[in-house]
Amino acid sequence: MSIADPPARADAPEVTRPTVAPSSLSTSAPIKLQARGLNVYYGAKRAVRDVDLDIPANAIMSFIGPSGCGKTSILRCFDRMNDLVPGARVEGTIMLNGEDINGRDILPVEVRRRVGLVFQRPNPFPMTIYDNVAYGPRRHGTSNRAALDEIVESCLGRAALWDEVKDDYRKKSGLSLSGGQQQRLCIARTLATEPDVVLMDEPCSALDPIATLKIEELMADLRARYTIVIVTHNMQQAARVSDRTAFFTMGEDRSGYLVEVGDTSEIFTNPRERLTEDYVSGRFG
Amino acid sequence: MKRTLYADTIATGALWAIAILVVTILGAIILHFLFASVGTISLGFLFGDPSDTSVGGIGPLLWNSIYILVLTLLLTVPLGILGGIYMAEYAGQGPIPNMIRLSQELISSVPSIVVGLFGLALFVNATHWSFTALGGALALSIFNLPLMTRLTEQALRAVPRDERDGSLALGTTKWQTIRHVVLPLAVPGIVTGVILTAGRIFGEAAALLFTSGVATPPHYDYLDFSLGDPRSPWSPFHAATTLSVYIWKLNSEGLGTFVRQISDAAAAVLVIMVLLFNLGARWLGRVLQRRVTGAR
Repeated sequence: MSIADPPARADAPEVTRPTVAPSSLSTSAPIKLQARGLNVYYGAKRAVRDVDLDIPANAIMSFIGPSGCGKTSILRCFDRMNDLVPGARVEGTIMLNGEDINGRDILPVEVRRRVGLVFQRPNPFPMTIYDNVAYGPRRHGTSNRAALDEIVESCLGRAALWDEVKDDYRKKSGLSLSGGQQQRLCIARTLATEPDVVLMDEPCSALDPIATLKIEELMADLRARYTIVIVTHNMQQAARVSDRTAFFTMGEDRSGYLVEVGDTSEIFTNPRERLTEDYVSGRFG
Repeated sequence: MKRTLYADTIATGALWAIAILVVTILGAIILHFLFASVGTISLGFLFGDPSDTSVGGIGPLLWNSIYILVLTLLLTVPLGILGGIYMAEYAGQGPIPNMIRLSQELISSVPSIVVGLFGLALFVNATHWSFTALGGALALSIFNLPLMTRLTEQALRAVPRDERDGSLALGTTKWQTIRHVVLPLAVPGIVTGVILTAGRIFGEAAALLFTSGVATPPHYDYLDFSLGDPRSPWSPFHAATTLSVYIWKLNSEGLGTFVRQISDAAAAVLVIMVLLFNLGARWLGRVLQRRVTGAR
């Protein structure tokens, strides 16, 4: 599939559809994350408006849309990182495995452990590669050397970094790696806390094409074990890697909202919404 | 194009000139006192008593300077770091924390002679301690504690958000993040804070005149470890005239034949001590940072 193909709109009926149709497409996988009536405010400003969204398990969901449409704000609701932003307020419910992550008896640190986040700019800690990966497990109480060794080795393996660092990962600083390697180290570090979901906030925007390709291949491997949500500005990337795509845009009041969500091939070749078609065909955004 | 190149050359040249000027001034100060003290500085001068032989030594004064330095750092560094952590990570931006920040800056810029008078009233008279090393250290802490707190706060705030978020996103608590990521990254800034406060302690005279005293020290018995006895040089209650205070005293009294030689040599020792302390603190900072970021 190429996104350069003109969207096949000929057979699309000329009726106005409801803006948001979260569960209208059939998905065989169980729902891992579910957002209902999600609103995000920063101070008095509403950044995200009324988002209903289902994210299926063991699949890659990409969030696309123009800058400022709230993709990252929504992503950060899924691991309660918005709690850390002064003045930020989240309304609505988010269910992880059917459990409300904003529930009264749920600790944000527990949510963040089960839902990992990979940042836009690689941000390894100024420690050895080993210590970077062992950081999460150590803080969560694993001190047994053999257990840590095993976690570090398997996570570096799963993040496709092991072969490149196996000779000196106990001595070499995480900061001495290349950008792409650093980002894979950050992924390994995230996997070490045994999350269900891995959120990625434009993980390749600071990387060159070859490093980007490696991360994309890695994502395809990780899909078997994890649910992945990726925010990306790069539509080709969304088309290449994701199973499902959600398209967001910005309303008149500059708050972001969900335009449509569907199988990636549908979104890129046969979107239901005019706005989506304009965006994926490059006429807007 | 040519003009921008000229401007670039001129700017580069100006910056070089300023840098060279700064280094030259520093070098001139050090060399002046080194040359002036050739022939005076000897082991006998460094470790001897002021009453020794013809020229006299500065041993007890050097001892007192280091003693007050260490005591003041013991009082200010741990408290200052804890205070800085509180101000940077927990206090936030309300009117009360901002008032605390303003007060910190005000106190650390109060003229030290005023702090000395305050110290005289509180740590000398009110406590009936008379002139003591502890009184001097407490007076120095009055303006060094806020400085240390402020510098620690700034060092912690300078740690990039990405680093904190990277740790928090792994499900660690705020304290774990501070302890294992933020503090290690702030170590160089905190070490700079320690160096700045230590430099002020070594060089301070005014705040110590009325608190640790100006009396020429007697012969010290360094094997007397009785901490409660004001005659022991180890006791926080011994009267502790420092090297800076001694230089001031020699020059203001102007008595004796060797005033010039002694004060030049004492000044050279002071400059070298400050230099050594800075290098030592930097080295310690590097080792510390390697340890906190490396092994664990």
